[in-house]
Amino acid sequence: MGAWWLLGPGLLWMGLLFVVPLSLVLVISFAERGTYGGIVWSFSLTNYLDLLHPLYAHILGQSILLAAVTTVLCLIMGFPLAYYIARAAPRRQGVLLLLVMIPFWTNFLVRTYAWMFILRTEGLLNTLLLKLGVITAPIELLYSNTAVVIGLVYGYLPFMVLPLYVALERVDRTLVEAAWDLYATRWAMLWRVIVPLARPGIMAGCLLVFIPSLGAFLTPDLLGGARSMMVGNLIQHEFLIARDWPLGAAISCLLMLFVMGMMRWSFHAASPGSRQEDAS
Amino acid sequence: MKQTGGWLWRLSLANLVFLYGPIAVLILFSFNASRLSATWQGWTWQWYRALWVNQALLDATANSLWVATVSTVLALFLGVGIAVGLEGLPGRWQRQIEQAMLLPLVIPEVMMGVSLLLFFVLLHIPLSLMTVMIGHALFNVPVVVIIVRARLRKLDPRLLEVAADLGASYWDALRHVTIPLLRPAILGAGLMAFTISLDDFIVTYFTAGPGATTLPLKVYSMIKSGMSPEINALSALFVIVSMGLIGFSLLLQRR
Repeated sequence: MGAWWLLGPGLLWMGLLFVVPLSLVLVISFAERGTYGGIVWSFSLTNYLDLLHPLYAHILGQSILLAAVTTVLCLIMGFPLAYYIARAAPRRQGVLLLLVMIPFWTNFLVRTYAWMFILRTEGLLNTLLLKLGVITAPIELLYSNTAVVIGLVYGYLPFMVLPLYVALERVDRTLVEAAWDLYATRWAMLWRVIVPLARPGIMAGCLLVFIPSLGAFLTPDLLGGARSMMVGNLIQHEFLIARDWPLGAAISCLLMLFVMGMMRWSFHAASPGSRQEDAS
Repeated sequence: MKQTGGWLWRLSLANLVFLYGPIAVLILFSFNASRLSATWQGWTWQWYRALWVNQALLDATANSLWVATVSTVLALFLGVGIAVGLEGLPGRWQRQIEQAMLLPLVIPEVMMGVSLLLFFVLLHIPLSLMTVMIGHALFNVPVVVIIVRARLRKLDPRLLEVAADLGASYWDALRHVTIPLLRPAILGAGLMAFTISLDDFIVTYFTAGPGATTLPLKVYSMIKSGMSPEINALSALFVIVSMGLIGFSLLLQRR
């Protein structure tokens, strides 16, 4: 069968380098750390129990919080843009979508650096505000949770806009017009017609923003302060600095479990069997 | 609805300014003559000239280009194989493999980096440029598969039937019909993979050994050791190059 000869190398490659390494992470998460940082093979839940320590629990909680705030902000900001694109003339839609995509395809490191340049104490924003006389002394913007959220929103906004656009573009205009004709207020129209119809897109967008925000490494690393550590930084710290691989693996597994759980839940909620689709 | 139009446009414009402002600022200030402050003090090319004579940077660039080239070729070879091979499978399998291909793109990149690091170390494979290439070829295979599949879905299945009716074998049809029709998509996917590889930081960070410095790793260490206008210049170049490559890739995919 020709097809298997074509598929074979690629599938083997993905299995060997994606499935096997992730399984190794899972296995190692049950091992123990040796005195000098190596791995002592055993089966214990020590690493997972260690995660209950307030220090780790705090970082996990903070990551979820920052990712959630990022997601909400992306939704609030991205919705009008997606709606505008969905209602634009077809030619214009293409151009606008391209405009949304291009920043996403440019180097993430460099885009994060741009915010360091803007937010730092002697940065552009402070310089401008000082010149305009809005402030008298530079304000500390960089190295804070605020800066991290700005960086995350900036990085993942396109992930929100694209699925929202796809969903909003499919919304039947006649339904919106009907609501308008029936004297629905603008809010009622938004909340009771457009949002329910665009629900799959909203869910997909939220998921696509939440997951990478939760696992972010670069943004909190560059824009965050000593107290803005997120799960991604904790994993990196355990693997490369503390050299406690089993603990790092356990954190990775927890993150993975969380991500998979969210994906399953959203697939389920957006699947044809759910309430939303039955109603339409 | 008409009344909301103005508001919508203004909010959308604000979004676009938010997306492009920082990039524009970065490019503009890479020409700023002042070394220390964010106040404008006239145009200069000197930061770009400084890049040109920085040997470590040139070496990192060479490494990046080498890694991107090898990993792109590998990803194309494996990815096009999967994309085309899937056509020969029953629909249910097709969908399952396609969905599985999304997984590497969805999981946090840190996870991929860490798992590869663990894999290489446990197998006693020394970290080097080669391990970086392997890592890049890993996340680029799904990218290639998705782009090529999108194109395949638009092809007329009758073309292959005609080829078969005319006595072409599976491989003949592949070589003379499918692959030529897919050429723009394959080129587009290749450019995309190349750009993603050039840009990648996280997987590279975890899989690069000592001395295997790519451009993003170099930029990162420069940023960590303090800001300088040279980083602005380098970043500006980076942005312009990747935007150009991506624009070209999208153009090819659209054809």
